[in-house]
Amino acid sequence: MARAERLWPRPPLWVSALGAAAIAFLIVYPLIFTTSPSHHLMILILLYALMAQSWNVVAGLSGQISLGQAIFFGIGAYSSTVLFAKYGVTPWVGSLVGMLLSALAAVAIGVPTLRLRGHYFAIATLLIGSSVQIVFQRWDWVGAASGLYVPIERASPFYYLQFHTSKVPYYYLVLSAAAISYWVVWKLRRSRLGFRLQALRDEPDAAASLGIAVARHKVMAFMISAAMMSVAGTFYAQYVLVLDPERLFSAEISILVLLMAVLGGSGTLWGPAVGAAILVPLSEYSRSWFGGTGRTIDLILYGTLILLVCMWRPSGILSLLEERIRRRAGKP
Amino acid sequence: MRALLEVSGLTKRYGGLRANADIAFDVKEGEIVGIIGPNGAGKSTLFDLITGFQPPDAGRVLLAGRDITGLRPDRISRLGVARTFQKLKPFPDLTVAENVVVGALARTSDMRTAREQALESLAFVDLLEKRNHFARELSTGQRKRLELARGLAMRPRLILMDEVTGGVDQPSIAGLIALVLELKERGLTIVMIEHNMQVIMRLADRILALHAGRRIAFATPAEVRGEPAVVDAYLGSIDNAA
Repeated sequence: MARAERLWPRPPLWVSALGAAAIAFLIVYPLIFTTSPSHHLMILILLYALMAQSWNVVAGLSGQISLGQAIFFGIGAYSSTVLFAKYGVTPWVGSLVGMLLSALAAVAIGVPTLRLRGHYFAIATLLIGSSVQIVFQRWDWVGAASGLYVPIERASPFYYLQFHTSKVPYYYLVLSAAAISYWVVWKLRRSRLGFRLQALRDEPDAAASLGIAVARHKVMAFMISAAMMSVAGTFYAQYVLVLDPERLFSAEISILVLLMAVLGGSGTLWGPAVGAAILVPLSEYSRSWFGGTGRTIDLILYGTLILLVCMWRPSGILSLLEERIRRRAGKP
Repeated sequence: MRALLEVSGLTKRYGGLRANADIAFDVKEGEIVGIIGPNGAGKSTLFDLITGFQPPDAGRVLLAGRDITGLRPDRISRLGVARTFQKLKPFPDLTVAENVVVGALARTSDMRTAREQALESLAFVDLLEKRNHFARELSTGQRKRLELARGLAMRPRLILMDEVTGGVDQPSIAGLIALVLELKERGLTIVMIEHNMQVIMRLADRILALHAGRRIAFATPAEVRGEPAVVDAYLGSIDNAA
């Protein structure tokens, strides 16, 4: 009887249906909403969904609160842009280089800090994040404080990853990147590594007693997270074509991805996407409603939302649903 | 029979307090060794020193002749040493089955095999019907069995059990005794910290008695029962309480 049992619970039908409908909607979205601002909005949602998922890997799965995700966002943007602007290398290769450099940076940051317990990692990533920003703002070779421009290329848009007539190609690019990242995390959560990460997140001592090298596994999670964030950085650079170290390495990005994942449900698969789908429009609309003063209004709204989630459901909007699904497994 | 575990001169100090002072004992392959002693005698500290959770200040731990003193806990675990914790540490946000899968993954990287082995382990500790509950929903007794199943899923050669009968209701204890005997039957070597005298006298081949961090006896249950130092330190107080 035990042998015939499914390895993983099947989600209830209505969840599968909802998921299929959401995927279908995302695929046809640019055909239904044809204006440039509506494309822009969804591109930002998908980009942030990818970024929030990257935070979710290190924090939701392995329990290490990173406040420095912007480091890898910036590395991704700078890697592809420097390679392209200075050496004519296609951003496709640039994004791979960025992933590699980000993963290496994650090792450099993670090895000394992730063996410590408590909040050292959060504090270290926050401080290293602002140090990295200062370095890039002073580094003449990469344009120092004025940043870099991605040289405009009108031929071979797919080779140069620049689309000047429509946002739709960007939309499908970021949709694919986000889809791949969610697929990777979906597989990861059901893998040996994924279970080990969740184990050490909950009880590091018990995890160690079961043969799990705790510090090494945390670093692995951080590497995966960094590489994902880097892809978002490369995409962003190709999308806006301007690299501003003030913006790319800002603590605001690091905090925002955290807020989204926590709001939607940290540790769940779809929580980061839900969080991005709520917070990105909120931020965009509050800025246009309140004009220049909206810049701070959106932060007040975030704070209020987080407060509500903490009071009502500290583990995020989606955690309730996920528990129900998992518990259903193998019920007689 | 050769010794699977040999401990000599093991010492741990916390400031001026000697939690373990010059502890020596050995565990033969297939044997059950019980560890007794009043609260604060240094039993759990001894487990932490053997399994690498704390580094000893002096002394050596040999596993099948190999020096494992001061190795990281995960390294020692991968050499075939499982343990349970006195203060239980299940993974609360994983289901019961998933908890045990993590243990099984120490030996296999195939999820399906791990799941099958996990369900076997759960059946063995009679927790199969709870497999899709979250670990945080279990009672204390069930969580003890869960920790045992999780450790067993690693297929260890040696298991260190910290008070498996503590906080468990009387009727369940018979089941736990049968379970430990079955494990011994299967060739597992067991070291168990136990407060329940009837249980330990019944199960253990030899008993290590600790008091204030020192070894006061290491002998068969019958001999330990007659040892005046043990009676003074531990058994006497139990009799008075009963």
